[in-house]
Amino acid sequence: MSTEAAKRPGLAVWLPLGLFAGFLVLVMVGLYWPADREVSSAFIGKPLPAFDLPPAADDRPGLATAQFKEGGKPRLLNIFASWCVPCKVEAPQLAALAQQGVEIDGVAIRDRREDVAGFLAQYGNPFKRIGKDDLSQVQLAIGSSGVPETFVVDSKGIIRYQHIGDIRAEDVPMILRKLAEAE
Amino acid sequence: MRAWFLALLALLTLAAPLAAQDMLPPAPYAYKQLPDPAQERKAQALMETLRCLKCQSQAISDSDAPMAGDMRHQVRTRIAAGEDPEAIRQWLIERYGDYVSYTPQVKPITWPLFAAPLVFLALAAFLLRGRFRRGKKA
Repeated sequence: MSTEAAKRPGLAVWLPLGLFAGFLVLVMVGLYWPADREVSSAFIGKPLPAFDLPPAADDRPGLATAQFKEGGKPRLLNIFASWCVPCKVEAPQLAALAQQGVEIDGVAIRDRREDVAGFLAQYGNPFKRIGKDDLSQVQLAIGSSGVPETFVVDSKGIIRYQHIGDIRAEDVPMILRKLAEAE
Repeated sequence: MRAWFLALLALLTLAAPLAAQDMLPPAPYAYKQLPDPAQERKAQALMETLRCLKCQSQAISDSDAPMAGDMRHQVRTRIAAGEDPEAIRQWLIERYGDYVSYTPQVKPITWPLFAAPLVFLALAAFLLRGRFRRGKKA
């Protein structure tokens, strides 16, 4: 009885240190493996919401949901803006994809027509259609949280894949594979 | 020398933000309140509990990011059209996940959040039950 009473506080003394060590481990985990800050769309696997955007460029038509069901094959939906720096970086990759026969539609976010025209003249125009989204309405409707983002939309108008950030050269084969999977 | 330095500093600080910013004016209801005060109150209460996706530690009511402005416009126009604030929250959660809402949703994964206070209260009552009894006796 007396030995037990002497033992118990001995163990309890280590409890604060143990808690502190546990807390330290938690802090280190948070420091070295920070949480993913990308917000991915919860709309993958769902049909493209209804929208009908006016054209953002003189030589390309605007963009509406119905058009995604017309082509009979998957398309890319690229969310971009002339004021977005990484969009310039991904332009060569979009051009390469377009050259391989991929159909790309664009949505210009909060952009002026003259700025879009300048952007396309300087960095190339891989788009079949470009919609003008001045209030980020389509962006919000499909769960996109920034520019650039690229969605794979299948021939039934279902969103199949979301790529967040610019498409790098090494991402191109993956995008082509996602398009083939959406066939 | 001092004036020259200040001029240079002003030049540097003024030139930088021009780079990655859109040139469009903010959405009509980004900074304008709804004419009906009751509706504006509802919209404001909702906007304070929605996360800005560009600046993720801020609510859309606190943020000057253009996208937060567009989200405020979306919230205000929907409230003006008579939509329920919780329906608008659900509309955003359907697109961005629970992360977009600062108000925790009651779901299987969040039940400990709501149950923990009750569990701790019950535990405290259990641990202290002897003391209360003894206090009464004395």
